[in-house]
Amino acid sequence: MLSYAVRRILMVIPVLLGMSLVVFFMIRAIPGNPAQVILGQKATKEAVAALTHKLGLDQPWYVQYIKYLGSLLHGDLGESIRTGAAISDEIWPYLAATLELSLAAMIIAVVIGVNAGIISAWFQNSWFDYIAMVLALIGVSMPIFWLGLMEQWVFAIQLDWLPTSGREDVRSPIEPITHLYLLDTLLAGNTEQFMQVVQHLILPSVALATIPMAIIARITRSSMLEVMKSDYIRTARAKGLSMFWVVYKHSLKNAIIPVLTVIGLQTGLLLGGAILTETIFSWPGIGRYIYDAIGYRDYPVIQSGILVIATIFIFINLIVDLLYAMIDPRIKYN
Amino acid sequence: MAELARNQTPMHTVQEKTESASLWKEGWRRFRKNKIALIGLGIVVFFILLAIFAPLLAPYDFKDQNLAERLQPPSSKHLFGTDDFGRDIFSRVIYGARISLWVGFFSVLGSVIAGSLLGIIAGYYGRWIDGIISRLFDIMLAFPSILLAIGIVAVLGPSLQNALIAIAVINIPNFGRLIRSRVLSIKQEEYIMAAKAIGMSDTRILFHHILPNSMAPIIVQGTLAIATAIIEAAALGFLGLGAQPPNPEWGKMLADSKDFLTQAPWTMIFPGLAIMLTVLGFNLMGDGLRDALDPRMKS
Repeated sequence: MLSYAVRRILMVIPVLLGMSLVVFFMIRAIPGNPAQVILGQKATKEAVAALTHKLGLDQPWYVQYIKYLGSLLHGDLGESIRTGAAISDEIWPYLAATLELSLAAMIIAVVIGVNAGIISAWFQNSWFDYIAMVLALIGVSMPIFWLGLMEQWVFAIQLDWLPTSGREDVRSPIEPITHLYLLDTLLAGNTEQFMQVVQHLILPSVALATIPMAIIARITRSSMLEVMKSDYIRTARAKGLSMFWVVYKHSLKNAIIPVLTVIGLQTGLLLGGAILTETIFSWPGIGRYIYDAIGYRDYPVIQSGILVIATIFIFINLIVDLLYAMIDPRIKYN
Repeated sequence: MAELARNQTPMHTVQEKTESASLWKEGWRRFRKNKIALIGLGIVVFFILLAIFAPLLAPYDFKDQNLAERLQPPSSKHLFGTDDFGRDIFSRVIYGARISLWVGFFSVLGSVIAGSLLGIIAGYYGRWIDGIISRLFDIMLAFPSILLAIGIVAVLGPSLQNALIAIAVINIPNFGRLIRSRVLSIKQEEYIMAAKAIGMSDTRILFHHILPNSMAPIIVQGTLAIATAIIEAAALGFLGLGAQPPNPEWGKMLADSKDFLTQAPWTMIFPGLAIMLTVLGFNLMGDGLRDALDPRMKS
């Protein structure tokens, strides 16, 4: 286990380096002079030359890359062209908003997805099974930006149950402490604001959760069906254990392994999907930060935003892989 | 020896062709029995026909504006209503099928060609070439795919063509890995060793034996990838990074509908429904093809 863990952790290094290389070349791949593209056609020659120098584009690429890597290792993500602020300083509130949204979505996806999968497998070929699996199939095919708009139309506009967009009630702004608003309102002991944050979180997190939920439900079902055919489950049933106990204790323990991998992989989908959900619900997350930066051709922000999300994705998958090896002793590094 | 080789090759090829023909025949037989897969095929064929015959089926041109009839609800004159420029949404949805299917097919074709080439090279030649290509795939897969696509379009500039390129690029590692693993297992087969022993060239082995024997998983993965590609293209269109106005791209139509949710929800409902149905069709068909063609699924 220890040697697997060490080798798995070491494997992250070349991937991170490669990722930084891809992101580094992004700005250099812009057709023409990147500085000219960023500033627009009307920019003066002096301004273009100054930005070229500022971005280090007048140096050989390997010098630029080593400098870029050095800055990254010092936690320096560059400067936003639009605001002039250090990206590492201004990125946290956006990142916190995305993490809160993604976490809420993941909880919804796992709780509903795993349970729907279990019940479907338990009552295989029942009406519940058919309906759950048809819904899961539709869920996988659903464009989340459409689902988000439908939710807004039904629950916010027609029924007026939940707020259309945003992260907080503008009439009662939240004093940020950690920028994770659920936590901040709890720390402040303000239950009214806490409930407002929850209300704002429901529609975007449900939209974001739909696809992972559908995938998790399908994988849990097939994984459970496979495990429930095993001899030891038959033995457990034969010795008179209740079906609930057999399903939730004996089967789930073994069926959860492939589900765990899928959960890890779905995190990437969640983080990527956040850009769409945040656009629909005006959620001030990192996806929205990148989206706005595209409009302003603020390439350092686009680069750093993508790099930060991809790095989080890599570490989540690392944790999932290590958990996987802990749960299943058969897994060895190959 | 050379004479012997010449005599052996046709016999071997004939046997392989017969086997591969029976695999496809058997696959089709299994596919036909799968009702859900047939529904998927039906949906896909429906949208393909819609795309081909769009000019005949659409009552209006997708560009036709009529400001006097803007944001009209569905009626016999405009089945799906009209948008804020008074354009007929029914006609735009029909023409939109052309764009989505075009991006779906061609981006996946691009990924299959590039992924197959890289996968074959990595799997067949192994060693350091495999190391480099496999690491490249690992790095690309480390990015959430839609984010990488957004990055590529942000660099190349927003357009439908660049969206297609971006989607093709992000799907390359999926096909590359698939083909690489197929090559690794097929190259251990006796008939490949026999082909090598009789002096067949690497290119001939790769393109006459290994690639045709990898077609089934490519088709399965390709069908499912078209579904994803259609959603990704719509997502890029929705973010304003794909098709540009006045093209009736479904994702772009959804983005335009955002401002009229209260007074004209039909501008949002129908393009979204079209995306969902097309993607569902390809997903059902892909699942059916996997059950029919993937030998591992045979029980």
